[in-house]
Amino acid sequence: MSAVSKATPATTEQAQTTGRPLGLTILTVLTIIGVAAGLYMALGYARTDLEQGDVQRIFYIHMPAFIGAFVALLGTVIGGIMYLRTRNVKWDKLALAGVEVGIALALINLITGMVWARPIWNTWWTWDPRLTSEAIMILTYAAYVMLRQGIENVEQRRRFAAVYGILAFVTVIITLVITRVRPDTIHPVVIGPSVQTDTAQGAFEVAASTGVRMALMVNMPVWALLVPVTLMWYRIRLENLAERVQALKLKALS
Amino acid sequence: MKTPFLKAVFSIVRKDLQIELRSRELVSSMGLFALLSILIFSFALELDRNARREAISGVLWVTIVFASVLGLNRSLAMERDQGNLDAMLLAPIDRVAIFFGKLIGNLVFALVVGLLLLPIMTILYNYNLFQPWLIAVLLLGTFGFSTVGTLLAMMTVQTRARESLLPIVMMPIALPVLLAAVRASTNILTDNPIADWIAWVQILVVVDIIYLVVCFLLFEYVIEE
Repeated sequence: MSAVSKATPATTEQAQTTGRPLGLTILTVLTIIGVAAGLYMALGYARTDLEQGDVQRIFYIHMPAFIGAFVALLGTVIGGIMYLRTRNVKWDKLALAGVEVGIALALINLITGMVWARPIWNTWWTWDPRLTSEAIMILTYAAYVMLRQGIENVEQRRRFAAVYGILAFVTVIITLVITRVRPDTIHPVVIGPSVQTDTAQGAFEVAASTGVRMALMVNMPVWALLVPVTLMWYRIRLENLAERVQALKLKALS
Repeated sequence: MKTPFLKAVFSIVRKDLQIELRSRELVSSMGLFALLSILIFSFALELDRNARREAISGVLWVTIVFASVLGLNRSLAMERDQGNLDAMLLAPIDRVAIFFGKLIGNLVFALVVGLLLLPIMTILYNYNLFQPWLIAVLLLGTFGFSTVGTLLAMMTVQTRARESLLPIVMMPIALPVLLAAVRASTNILTDNPIADWIAWVQILVVVDIIYLVVCFLLFEYVIEE
């Protein structure tokens, strides 16, 4: 019994707090309100796009979801670097949470993009550089999950996952910048500089109206920060609780 | 007292080459696989003269990548199974020297297979592959694979799944290299003007440098025991 509590000093503190922490509750409420407000802004407040019609509204979720995936996966890199330096298990939990939330948000980004592309590009999928690089990115993080499952030694698993999580971020950066360096992509770039001339299909002006700008300004912080941070917090908490269950099981058996 | 860095790297490379010269295990299995792969592609794609121009660089690169996955697994598993990895970790050398030693060895084997493929494909597909730029791209591309491959194979040989895990973790990471290399080679082989594809070669160089730096920094965490 003493061996268990000695072996997991980090979880003993967690073990006392069985309920949901106050901060997490506040974040959850904020996220729900934020998502609802974002949906209202996207579906109700912003006016219909002249060229694309209602389908353009998907953009207000589409792009912020990718930024959210970026934030979550950046959490993986930070978790990985800090784990390798400090060997504190909490950083590994952050890295794992980042990958799982990142995959989910990247899939939201990919699927909303496909739904939009069906009427605008007249196809669900095309081997455009940006689409290809994002598919590769998601597969890379799927490989991260596979890698973790393939290693039994706990310490080794955390170490290798940290290394792979850092290396895998290269694919995220490539996905982010590819529309800015490859002139042959048809994926529109609506914010920031671009080398595109007239190849992009389905672009629109963000600065065109206040409705577009306001809808983006509400959805952006919700999907880019609130959703990933809240989900990652839940995921880390789940990991802590699973650890505690494990410790309690050991205690009950001994 | 530490062995000088370059001397340590050189010894590891020499050891790998010596083993290979005596056993011919890696290059023969990689070469045989590459030959089979070329034959399978030529049946599967039913390559006629025009289709060949477009597909040949893809066939070349896919073959090289799979052959080098085969070689990387063997090369690193050998270190581990026969306890040489522990010996190298105990030796008074820089840990990064192990990375560069294995990297150069793996690069040489991949390049040998790549260079063997050129005459074979030139004959079998009746298409001249001996072009200076293509050989430069071959060098850059295999360098990129071998860099990430050496790091990741060092990881996967220490896991339970071993051989099956390396392609899964390596392919997506190596894809930027593969993409740039295939695009550059296709353009070179279709005689497009240099201005059209030199950007791909530049991307390849940049990706190679990024991977070299990142793998160099991360390697010591992969081999600590």
